[in-house]
Amino acid sequence: MIITVHKPDEEIRQMTEGLGKLFLVGCGTCATECKTGGEEEVKAAKAKLEQMGKKVTGYVIVESVCDQRLTRLDLKKNRAAVDAADGILVLSCGTATQTVADQSKKITVPGCNTQFIGTVERIGRYFERCRACGECVLFETGGICPIARCGKGLLNGPCGGQTKGKCEVGGWKNDCAWVLIYNNLRDSGRLDLFKKYRPPKDYSQMAAAREVIFR
Amino acid sequence: MREAFSELARAIQTGNFVYTGEIEPLKTTSLEETLATAKILKGHVIAANVTDNPTAFAYMNALIPSYVIQKEVGLEAVYQVTVRDRNRLAITADLLAASALGIKNVLALSGDHTTVGDDPRTKPVYDLDSTALVELLRKMVDEGTDLKGNKIANPPKFNIGVAGNPNADPIEPEILKIERKIKLGADFIQTQAVYDPELAKRFVKEVSHLNVPVLVGMAPFKSTGMMEWMVKYVPGILVPEEIQNRLRVAKEKGGKEAFLSENVEIFGELIKQIRKSTSIQGIHIMTIGFEWVVPKIIERSKQ
Repeated sequence: MIITVHKPDEEIRQMTEGLGKLFLVGCGTCATECKTGGEEEVKAAKAKLEQMGKKVTGYVIVESVCDQRLTRLDLKKNRAAVDAADGILVLSCGTATQTVADQSKKITVPGCNTQFIGTVERIGRYFERCRACGECVLFETGGICPIARCGKGLLNGPCGGQTKGKCEVGGWKNDCAWVLIYNNLRDSGRLDLFKKYRPPKDYSQMAAAREVIFR
Repeated sequence: MREAFSELARAIQTGNFVYTGEIEPLKTTSLEETLATAKILKGHVIAANVTDNPTAFAYMNALIPSYVIQKEVGLEAVYQVTVRDRNRLAITADLLAASALGIKNVLALSGDHTTVGDDPRTKPVYDLDSTALVELLRKMVDEGTDLKGNKIANPPKFNIGVAGNPNADPIEPEILKIERKIKLGADFIQTQAVYDPELAKRFVKEVSHLNVPVLVGMAPFKSTGMMEWMVKYVPGILVPEEIQNRLRVAKEKGGKEAFLSENVEIFGELIKQIRKSTSIQGIHIMTIGFEWVVPKIIERSKQ
């Protein structure tokens, strides 16, 4: 899941300066789960914008904004309201905001900051789990990602910054990923995988802008 | 050990017990303090580590001071290289320059994370990790190539050090990590500061099967303030209560001078004890800002 948080109201006020009429887009997938861009949050944003003196011409919760086809369809269904707006506020991730910008050709305002690809423990507790590095090593690391969860993204950890299994990044509160990996591999009798040398990653795999095209 | 290129490596190979010191280039354009420190250490230590933006504070690049202490003072440098601030391209380039300037020892380090540094907003690099840096160094020296295999004209000759933390808790993954670095081709280990002789003993025992020279780290305290800070903010380092109390009492009774001479007592004794009970090849003494204590501690350890 793409984890998002709301941008501060003040930032939204600044970005929407001069945009008297706004159309709002929420997302039925990640942003709904994160409580940043579901029906409830979009309605709350509408009320806030109206308090700021804006006119909200309409809103839609697209099932998945990142899917261009769904977004195109929903914008079409709401064409009058979209056309009447000076800009669109998107309460979802950065990919969603770009999809809306591309499909609508309108001034598009991100209502959220995209945090990470993470797992949901419950509403309000989200944890980063993947950095989309393009070369998954999870088999070798006991199902625990050192790229996303080691403060330094080390492939051959742990470093000197771990103490009692905690990481120096963030002040020894978070678990040291490499101690977790060690414990996991030890307990499953696979310490040979721990001992293995993992050469540096091929970062050409992560060079922007990545594409996957198979048809 | 493989071929010795440096005085430090040669001395270790000969079986001499060695001392190394540490020099920290600060946020300054002046080399005066670096040179003054090197002059104090010269003759008492065989080489001095020159730190690379320690605790992620941006200081003068370690390479120039490493070169200058060798050239001006005749004190061999252990050029510390962290993988925090530079990618493989920049590190390779710096290592080529280091060799051109006559550097013979490189200590391969991860480097404290940028978030604990003096500008936590910094983007950390970590393109390599310290283990991969050992691989890069080995390839440069042994195969005359960079990490990718591209040929180097006049390849460098370095002896390669790695760090170890005897205080690590849990210790097992730390030992396995060191083992991997030794197998890749590191020549010696310099450890983090140790205050508990039992931890030093345990560490030396755990790495003994690797047959690699170990230089145990000592970091005497410059002041009670530094000691309290270390105990409070450097959770990785364990300072036994007894040492803390002895130093506090000395300070209360005889002020700064008594505090410092108690340091000489404690660390001289600690070195003596560790030497007696282990097979270490040397001691690495870190005394930023009070290097004059180094000869006194070494002297005391011999009594």
